[in-house]
Amino acid sequence: MQITVCIKQVPGTSEVDIDEKTGVLKREGIDSKMNPYDLYAIETALRLKAEQGAKVNVLTMGPPQAEAVIREAYMMGADKGFLMTDKKFAGADVLATAYALSQGIRTLGDSDLLICGKMTTDGDTAQVGPEIAEYLQIPHVANVRRIHEINEKAIVVEMNMAESVEIQEVQLPCLITVEKDIYPPRLPSFKLKLKTAGRPVKNVTFKDLKDRNEMHYGLNGSPTQVLRIFPPEPNKTNEHWEGSGEALSKRLAEKLHELKFI
Amino acid sequence: MAKIIIHQDAVKDPQKAVSVCPFNAIESTEEGLSINAACKMCKICVKRYPEIFEYVKDEAPSVDKDLWRGIAVYIDHIEENIHPVSFELIGKAKKMAAKIGHPVYCLLMGDNVGNMAEELLHYGADEVFVYDKPQLHHFRIEPYAAVFEDFIRKVQPSIVLVGGTTVGRSLAPRVAARFRTGLTADCTVLDVQENTDLDQIRPAYGGNIMAHIHTPRHRPQFATVRYKIFDAPERSNTKSGTLTPCKIGDDKLHSKIRVLEIRKKEKVKSIEDADIIVVAGRAFKKEEDLSMAYELADLLGGMVATTRPLIEAGWSDPRMQIGLSGRTVKPKLIITCGVSGAIQFVAGMNNTENIISINRDPKAQIFDIAHYAVIGDIYEILPDLIARIKAGSTQQGTS
Ligand SMILES: Cc1cc2nc3c(=O)[nH]c(=O)nc-3n(C[C@H](O)[C@H](O)[C@H](O)COP(=O)(O)OP(=O)(O)OC[C@H]3O[C@@H](n4cnc5c(N)ncnc54)[C@H](O)[C@@H]3O)c2cc1C
Ligand SMILES: Nc1ncnc2c1ncn2[C@@H]1O[C@H](COP(=O)(O)O)[C@@H](O)[C@H]1O
Repeated sequence: MQITVCIKQVPGTSEVDIDEKTGVLKREGIDSKMNPYDLYAIETALRLKAEQGAKVNVLTMGPPQAEAVIREAYMMGADKGFLMTDKKFAGADVLATAYALSQGIRTLGDSDLLICGKMTTDGDTAQVGPEIAEYLQIPHVANVRRIHEINEKAIVVEMNMAESVEIQEVQLPCLITVEKDIYPPRLPSFKLKLKTAGRPVKNVTFKDLKDRNEMHYGLNGSPTQVLRIFPPEPNKTNEHWEGSGEALSKRLAEKLHELKFI
Repeated sequence: MAKIIIHQDAVKDPQKAVSVCPFNAIESTEEGLSINAACKMCKICVKRYPEIFEYVKDEAPSVDKDLWRGIAVYIDHIEENIHPVSFELIGKAKKMAAKIGHPVYCLLMGDNVGNMAEELLHYGADEVFVYDKPQLHHFRIEPYAAVFEDFIRKVQPSIVLVGGTTVGRSLAPRVAARFRTGLTADCTVLDVQENTDLDQIRPAYGGNIMAHIHTPRHRPQFATVRYKIFDAPERSNTKSGTLTPCKIGDDKLHSKIRVLEIRKKEKVKSIEDADIIVVAGRAFKKEEDLSMAYELADLLGGMVATTRPLIEAGWSDPRMQIGLSGRTVKPKLIITCGVSGAIQFVAGMNNTENIISINRDPKAQIFDIAHYAVIGDIYEILPDLIARIKAGSTQQGTS
């Protein structure tokens, strides 16, 4: 059994600020880390590896320094890492990202199961997984919170819905996106760090893909365009109240009365 | 094709140019600067150093936009009940459709959905397309996507709006990818231009920045919107619009998924449905102290929600979390108690009509969005306020 996990490197903090005058992001001390949701995806794959003797690939698309997340996955126990990096992938929106990843996945041979995180903390769309599944023409289940069983032919998963959980049996190959409470992710191990230090990370570039039409990748392959980015607007006028606790609570009670809440 | 070209001869300080990019997409090598796969085309570099970075506009062919007409809303439902986000989207669709003179469509699929179809006619859609099949009883991705595809091919809507529910977030990307078109998730502002291009604004980067996105060359244009972002139209007593039953071949509804079991989750009233919410933040020193928040909420007939740290401490259920990684709420009144107003929290509640915030720090960020900024200590204010409301209600009771 072969399992491929899609992982992404994201900014280490979400505390980015924007300079209102220049419209430029202030980027003091922005470092990178693995998308936290992808740790659950890796953990899920590693559990299945232990149970089923599966081989676990990790795949990421990003700049060369995204190799760091593959190294981290090695330290957790992943077997093979693939880094899709190429100028032609630059500027990709959801569609172009999913397309490039689906092409990358095809170069790895047939995977029985694909696992994505629920969402990324930077793109934050939760859409890449289902779009990959569409391109690969395999079924997908999003918001998986438990795996009941897996065999050569099918996997039984619990999909988390608003008011219910739906237990679905899905034929392989398929793609799942996993939720945070599926399994607590293990920490990277120092032993594995030493053991995998020399393990190569395979680069997958544009030339390695089957579809080499540049128009399908990066900005060219992206139907959506960012017109501009700007800081969120602060709220309209507001009243500031100061005083003793008692004075304030009196004023509050009066205001709630005035607004007809009491 | 649209791209950013680099004028290497204008580069004086490569490191400075590299550091302008928030996504670390600019690299400096012996051959000069280059842009790597991390580029998001945010064009910040172009704005900052126009002499170095030039944005070359795309001349890619566009679809014939006149062939795509109408604003379609996917009707999400849980069993027999239409999810309220669907009504909110109909409301938004009607406003936009009026601007460009397009019709509003609803797409309803499921098993035995006749009643829901009738109900939709009270909300002012022009045409409700109904796919009623036993295979659509449970949400399974392939048959649902197949029906969606069938609808889009037949009707050719310009814009498709989908609620950001579990089903919507799984279905919309699948269908958008099938049509090789764009999809913008979790839009908070939508508007339409005369040429039918959809203006989509969404928070990015954990709500720290807003992005204005459009889909200039593709149709349909897909957007998902969370519950409680827009207002639902009033239900009218009279019906309007037409019901159009649609056929789809059984061969299209095959699925590799078998639903083995549906387990109901215990039903908790969700904070999204509350009109009044009292939010407890980290100012509460002990779990027991939360009783103040519960008591106040009870007196006001509302619910208690919390910020994330309290969920992490195990003091409250994740379903009670407001914010980017929690729920979006839009009640009539919110009272935040000892909440700092981190952007990730605010992203989930800043559309609220009345925001009262109690915080002892006059510089707390929450005051940027509060309508009434109450600078004081919750341990002094809340007990006294509770006592006053109690006294007030007994007074009213006797008068
Ligand atoms: C990717 C990401 C997603 C996140 N998503 C969410 C989310 O969905 N929801 C969420 O809530 N958070 C979220 N967070 C966390 C968020 O950044 C903040 O850490 C959190 O909202 C802070 O909660 P708080 O305001 O209760 O606590 P604090 O920030 O500690 O604020 C406590 C406030 O109480 C005031 N205070 C203290 N004592 C008193 C007193 N006695 N009387 C009056 N005032 C007092 C203090 O002045 C302070 O302003 C997210 C973070 C990240 C990185
Ligand atoms: N550039 C990428 N490389 C690899 N996997 C990705 C990438 N972007 C997104 N993914 C996968 O898709 C999931 C959802 O991402 P998103 O749609 O951006 O929220 C992530 O948790 C990853 O598993």
